Amino acid sequence: MQQNGRFGAFGGMYVPQILVPALEQLEQAFLDAQRDAAFQEELAALLRDYAGRPTPLYRCRNLCAATGVKLYLKREDLLHGGAHKTNQVLGQALLARRLGKTRLIAETGAGQHGVATALAGALFGLQTQIYMGAKDVARQQPNVFRMRLMGAEVIPVESGSRSLKDAINEALRDWAQSFPTTHYVLGTVAGPHPYPLMVRELQRVIGREARAQMLVAEGRLPDAVIACVGGGSNAIGIFADFLDDAAVELVGVEAAGHGLDSGLHGATLQAGVPGVLHGARTMLLQDDDGQITESHSIAAGLDYPGVGPEHAALQASGRARYVGITDAQALAAFRALARGEGIIPALETAHALAYALQRAAEERQGTVLLVNLSGRGDKDLQQVMQLELDPSLDPSLDPSLDPSLDPTATGSSHD
Amino acid sequence: MTDRYALLFERLRAEGAGAFVPFTVLGDPDPATSLEIVRTLVTAGADALELGLPFSDPVADGPTIQAADVRALAAGTRLRHAWALLHALREEFPALPIGLLVYANLVERHGAPAFYATAAAAGVDSVLVADVPTLEAPPYAAAALAAGVLPVLIATPSCSDATLREIAQLGRGYTYVVTRSGVTGADTGAPALEGALLDRLRAVGAAPALLGFGIAQPDHVRTALALGAAGAISGSAVVQRIERHLDDPSAMLQALAAFVREMKAATLRPR
Repeated sequence: MQQNGRFGAFGGMYVPQILVPALEQLEQAFLDAQRDAAFQEELAALLRDYAGRPTPLYRCRNLCAATGVKLYLKREDLLHGGAHKTNQVLGQALLARRLGKTRLIAETGAGQHGVATALAGALFGLQTQIYMGAKDVARQQPNVFRMRLMGAEVIPVESGSRSLKDAINEALRDWAQSFPTTHYVLGTVAGPHPYPLMVRELQRVIGREARAQMLVAEGRLPDAVIACVGGGSNAIGIFADFLDDAAVELVGVEAAGHGLDSGLHGATLQAGVPGVLHGARTMLLQDDDGQITESHSIAAGLDYPGVGPEHAALQASGRARYVGITDAQALAAFRALARGEGIIPALETAHALAYALQRAAEERQGTVLLVNLSGRGDKDLQQVMQLELDPSLDPSLDPSLDPSLDPTATGSSHD
Repeated sequence: MTDRYALLFERLRAEGAGAFVPFTVLGDPDPATSLEIVRTLVTAGADALELGLPFSDPVADGPTIQAADVRALAAGTRLRHAWALLHALREEFPALPIGLLVYANLVERHGAPAFYATAAAAGVDSVLVADVPTLEAPPYAAAALAAGVLPVLIATPSCSDATLREIAQLGRGYTYVVTRSGVTGADTGAPALEGALLDRLRAVGAAPALLGFGIAQPDHVRTALALGAAGAISGSAVVQRIERHLDDPSAMLQALAAFVREMKAATLRPR
């Protein structure tokens, strides 16, 4: 290894010895590609012509209008594939091709990363297999069908909590045997070195564009940059180019599920303790023995008891802070954006938006908030429809529990 | 400290035999039965033990040992139960080398010094951390040695000479040699045994090699010893016999005893 993959006290490469050569090879290929103009040119062309970059920066016309706060959305939901995941998957697929690999494997939670990997597999003619927790397969059927349409095989994972954590375990087990021919397209800034570094660099484009667009739109940087955090890739992607702008507040929004006191949440940074999982030292939800505990979120992509190690380091240094939004608050924001702006966000993304709406109600006029609108909500329609038909499925989701998130109360105006 | 592994390997060398080391997960299928299982393994001829602390996310393990972890945790096995089992085994078998296989988070949760001190107090000889490769191993090895526990490292055929030298420098007791890729399991075909890695380990002065991963039949043991290993570790094949007889503990113990006797017999080299 050429680098140690540390972010302060976090990160590293905690994997069975058998996987070390695969990670060494990947680190080398990534570092070479970073310096390879032809590689960067091909990636840039794909991001532009295939994925649709740059994505727009949109200032909400209705939400928050009454508060005088300017709420900007970085529209990663408009990216091909429906979420920011495509940015880094295209980069990893090019690396896989560079390494002569013929097969891609990936884990997926909400299915967005699986969809992105499936489209890259189709694009580059690589055999693609996606590990997905059986619980997530059930609640994200549209994405399962999308992956299959694009030729990927979706393998439901029945072990453990049957969600994202277990899908990563299965992908790592597969890779321990298959790495000579297979590239593991890890979907977030978690995992062993070099993944947290590599995925951050491939997602950095979000913040680079947003920072420049913001300077054009407002002539200044935003007061706060807000993004949801499961593993943390969309948040790192939009934070990275603002890290040196000390006046810009960086806020990561975790899934508070049924509430931080309920034990049913995915708020790793707020309620976890340091440990080692999936290759990195990071914050984890775990019991007193060190057994990893199950997380909960209405949003499959935030239903993860770990988090990218760089977020743990950003929290420890105080450069970023992390807050929680409950299932009910996220669902209210999901509806608020649909009604207020005609944009249906992913339930994951709705967590970031819910926090921004709370903040907007407290901020003075002229405050500029930037939200990474990391994904679109098509995949969640079935789940939300079912909840509407039968609210007893989850009584904690009654939006009337938090009237501050009623779009009309936050100043939505409809002509 | 008494190096029970050194004494064992010395005795076996004098006898012209190799070591057979069965693996099980502590607390599988429940703490009480687990103690009976381990007793049976030793009485039937195990030269040493490799015992796993159950963990929620055993990424280095295949389906068989994952299922054992799930059973142990579902039966309510907590670390304190595992330490109690180890205490009991140490009292009963004072000369038997006992190795622990753990995942890094179980060490991290308690802090390495406290974890290794508890292991030492429970009579554990060695600890192997399955998801700590050589390059992350130095702080673990230092904490282990400070507590009087031998740090065991894993060597694979793809390890560079530099890595093998580090394994020789950091590792104590024995070297866990993995001769095929993938995760643990008995049904993935015979282990791809090759002698080159053992020769390279000897050349750098590493602790004696025990071969693991895929050791499921007496022939695998014989091949391992013929290549120059000091012995073989068999995990999934042991756990399969537990799994197969979950509803009949006495049949389970009989099957385990028969397996250990058969595997141990294969370690007796004709001279």
